[in-house]
Formats: sequence, structure tokens, C-alpha cells
Amino acid sequence: MTKMFDVDRIRDDFPILKQRVNGNPLVYLDNGATSQKPQSVIDAIVDYYTTTNSNVHRGVHTMSQQATDGYEGARSKIRQFINAGKDEEIIFTRNTTEGLNLVAHSYGRQNIRSGDDIIVSNMEHHSNIVPWQMLCEENGANLKVVPIDDSGELVMDEYQKMLSSRTKLVSITHVSNALGTILPAKQIVDMAHAHGAPVLLDGAQAVPHMPVDMKELDCDFYVFSGHKLFGPTGIGILYGKEDYLNSMPPFLGGGEMIKSVTFEKTIYNDLPYKFEGGTPDIAGAIGLGAAIDYVNGLGFSRITAHEEELLQYGTEALESIAGVHIVGTAAHKAGILSFVMDAAHPHDIGTILDEQGIAIRTGHHCAQPVMQRFQIPATARASLAFYNTKEDIDALVKGIDRVIEVFS
Amino acid sequence: MSGLSDLYQEILLEHNSKPRNFKAVEDANQTSEGYNPLCGDQITLSLKIVGGVIDDVGFQGTGCAISRASASMMTQSIKGQSVEQAEHIFDAFHHMITEPEGEIDLDTLGDLETLSGVNEYPTRIKCAILAWHTMKAALSGDTQVTTE
Repeated sequence: MTKMFDVDRIRDDFPILKQRVNGNPLVYLDNGATSQKPQSVIDAIVDYYTTTNSNVHRGVHTMSQQATDGYEGARSKIRQFINAGKDEEIIFTRNTTEGLNLVAHSYGRQNIRSGDDIIVSNMEHHSNIVPWQMLCEENGANLKVVPIDDSGELVMDEYQKMLSSRTKLVSITHVSNALGTILPAKQIVDMAHAHGAPVLLDGAQAVPHMPVDMKELDCDFYVFSGHKLFGPTGIGILYGKEDYLNSMPPFLGGGEMIKSVTFEKTIYNDLPYKFEGGTPDIAGAIGLGAAIDYVNGLGFSRITAHEEELLQYGTEALESIAGVHIVGTAAHKAGILSFVMDAAHPHDIGTILDEQGIAIRTGHHCAQPVMQRFQIPATARASLAFYNTKEDIDALVKGIDRVIEVFS
Repeated sequence: MSGLSDLYQEILLEHNSKPRNFKAVEDANQTSEGYNPLCGDQITLSLKIVGGVIDDVGFQGTGCAISRASASMMTQSIKGQSVEQAEHIFDAFHHMITEPEGEIDLDTLGDLETLSGVNEYPTRIKCAILAWHTMKAALSGDTQVTTE
């Protein structure tokens, strides 16, 4: 039997949600920027530093083994969470950005040459644009951009036309951070594979909202951050198919990523350690493992149902306010309500909402090409998590009414 | 919500909805572009300086109410002033916005005092100051400036 989704009880697990901001109860609608952490994640980190703190993979003492067990245990949890084949395919990074840069530096420099094409979309975060621009500048490859339509959907016909034998990598977001569009990831992967091109999916905004399955998607690389998934900042994940990761050169040289070092010859370590030079964020990995346990405890079937209901409720609420325009109206969306107002600039909206304790993001969301596509300087973005409620949306609507009042 | 009404005073909202000198000065001899990478606010300021006096000034661009009103009021305050006086107004404005405890030079600033409420909003100071840094850059002959 499916357990009821008791949001009030879930909110009790997140101590920060009891905060008051500017004299009002916090209404946290900036989950796309970073999510809040349940007590179990905070406890896991405190517990690690209180009882276990040691370096991993190099001590013979008991605590070092316990730290290693915790760190590697987190890796296994993440492998199961995204249904990857092997723990060796899970590389700990700092964040999504580092995962993208790792692939650009390692796979990109090794395999992409002058005249080759790298394909991205018009709705990428800057972190999935700039590393490829840097690579193209270095090696003379071309960056091709799949356009998006007025609703924020990828134009699949144009994508099809861009694919060719010159395509050496497709790097596309799974869910747009500025618009909320859920992209047809499986179809994107299959179409690229038909041309022999590997695919990297940026899952930063997908993993908090929906189950992702590496075996089903069949993508070659998948990157995300722990902190958007209710885990700590400073820890992220790169998933890569074993064959690709084995064939790629290391990213950061140093300790941990070697088997032996002499001045004549250094032998690199096996996966996943080959890509984890230096002491990793052990507490971060353990915290992310605890976050995944928490999310698994709720279950995505219930999370997704709750968030879809909230998104629909929020969409209808914003659409009903005269002078408010939602940016990003794709048929399949996750967690994001981006909007502009006739009366006020997003920055002013953000300040007036903040006075009422409502936290949203305003600006270009590190996706300036999206703003250029819609010919707007910025948007106000409310982004949802499973602990949000219809009351949060009602507070947002009331806050927007106040914006209209100030600017009338 | 006294903070909010201090920030969005009527005169500021009026300058936002009807900005003064919102134009490109056709025979400008100094122009500069200001950009706030944090929020994407952008302003182009053009000045016609004759014999050390700001004969005409105009601004164009996109931004929030605070950056727009600040730019509008700035153009009013420096038009017809000497370059030295414009720099003096800049210093007084900068002091007012960035030093919450400091004294406000009302003689120099006049209506610009309306914008003093911004100093309670650290995240909005760059909005208010963008046009001013752009003016300072234009007077120094720099064609581009950012608030970073």
C-alpha cells in the first residue's frame, strides 16, 4: 500500500524550514539554486567528523577503514540510485561543473579535433557551454547549438539535422534550470548513437525530481551535484561508462590517482580512483549517501506526484494574475516556475518577496542564452522541492500581489 | 514594512516609469557602457562635454527600478554641471550608498537622497551604483565598466 505523502511531517525533517526571515516564516522556493538538508544528512556529517574522521584508502588503522567504508558505501548507494552497472563508473567530483570540465579536459582533448562538432542546446547552464567553448578555442572544433521553440522545447528536427559523422560529443541538459523543460533524454541519446557520437547529460536539475536510470538512458556520461539533491555542497558525481573512463587520461594528477610513482614512470590507478586525485570530500560523499537514503525513503513515485500537483497548482495560480507571464511552458516540466512581470523587473520582485520571507532566484540563472532567446534580461524563478506546499505557492501569489501594489 | 517603503519611494517609482534623459545624445563625445554581470543590468551612457561642462547627457539600457531611477536622477543632477562637480556628486552619492552610518551631503545630493534607502539592501547597492560608475568611466575616457 502506498503511504500518504505527509508534507508537514517531511518538513519537520528539515530544521531550516522553521527559520523566520525578515519577520516572516521562511518560504523557500529557490531549490533550483540549492536544496535544503534533512536532519539525517546534517547528522551524518556531524557524526562522521565526531567519530570517524580519517583519510581514506591509505591507513591501516581502524578509523581509516571506517572512513573508507563510509565513502565507498556512499559510492554504492549512488550507483544504485542511478542504476549504473558498476561502482567503478561513479566518480566523485566537487559538483556538476567539475564533472563537465573533467569530460572536456580528459575525453575532449583526447578525442575531439579541429573540424569536429560538439552539440549543445540553447537552454544550457553556462557550465555546459563554457568548458566546450574553451575546448573549441584550443582545438578548433565547432560548437553547434540546437535551437529551442517558444515553449522551451528542443527543436528535434534541427537536432537531427546537426548530427553527422563529424559529431564527436552531444552534451545536453536533462532538465533546464531556467525553464524547467524535461528533455527527451533517451531519444537524444539514441539519435546521437546512430551517428556514433557519445552523449553527456547534465542531470543537475533532474536528479532531485525524478528517477534516472543509466542502463535505460544508455547515455555515456551523466553529471550532477549533491547539494541540489538534499546533500551537502562540495560533492558531485560524474557517471561514465567504464569503457570510456578506462580509455580517458586522468584529470587531476596527484595522490590517490596513482598506483606507483617514480621519476621515470608513473602508473595510474584503476577506476574510479584514476579520476579522484587528492583527498576527496569524504564527509560530503557520506552526506550525499544519507541524502539518497532519505529520498529513497520517500520514493520518487510519491515525490513526483506531489511535485507535479504543486507545479500545476503554481502554474495556474501565476497564469491567473494579470501582468504575470510564465517563461517556459513545455509540456513536460519539473519543479521550475520562471516568470516575468509587466509591472516590475525580476530584481525588484526578488527584493519585495524577500521582505515577506519568500526566497526565489532572480536574474539570468547562469543561462544567458536562454534570456537572449526569449529577449528578456532576466526572470524571477520559483523552484520547487518535495517539501514545498500549496501554502508556499499561496504565499508567492500574495507576494506578487504586493509587488503589483508597490509598483501601481 | 518600513524598509520596503523607504526603498521604493514614490519619486523613485516615478523616475522608473518615466525616466528622464532616456536617449542617446547624438553629438556625444564621451560614451560608456556599464554592465552588472550578476543580474544582467546594462546601461549605455552618452555625454556631450563642452569646455569642461556636461552640456547634455542621456542613458539607455535595461535594468530594475532602482538602477533605472538612479540613472535617471543622476542625469538630471549632472546636466549643466562641470566635470569636477559631477565627480564631486559621484563621491557624495557613493558615500551615501556604501556608508550606512555616514552623513549624507544633502547640499550636493538634493533629491538623490531618495536613494539612500538602498544602503539597507546590500544585494541592491550594485543596482543603484551602476549608472554612476558608468558616468565615472565615461569621464575618464573608459568605454566599458562592470560592477564586479
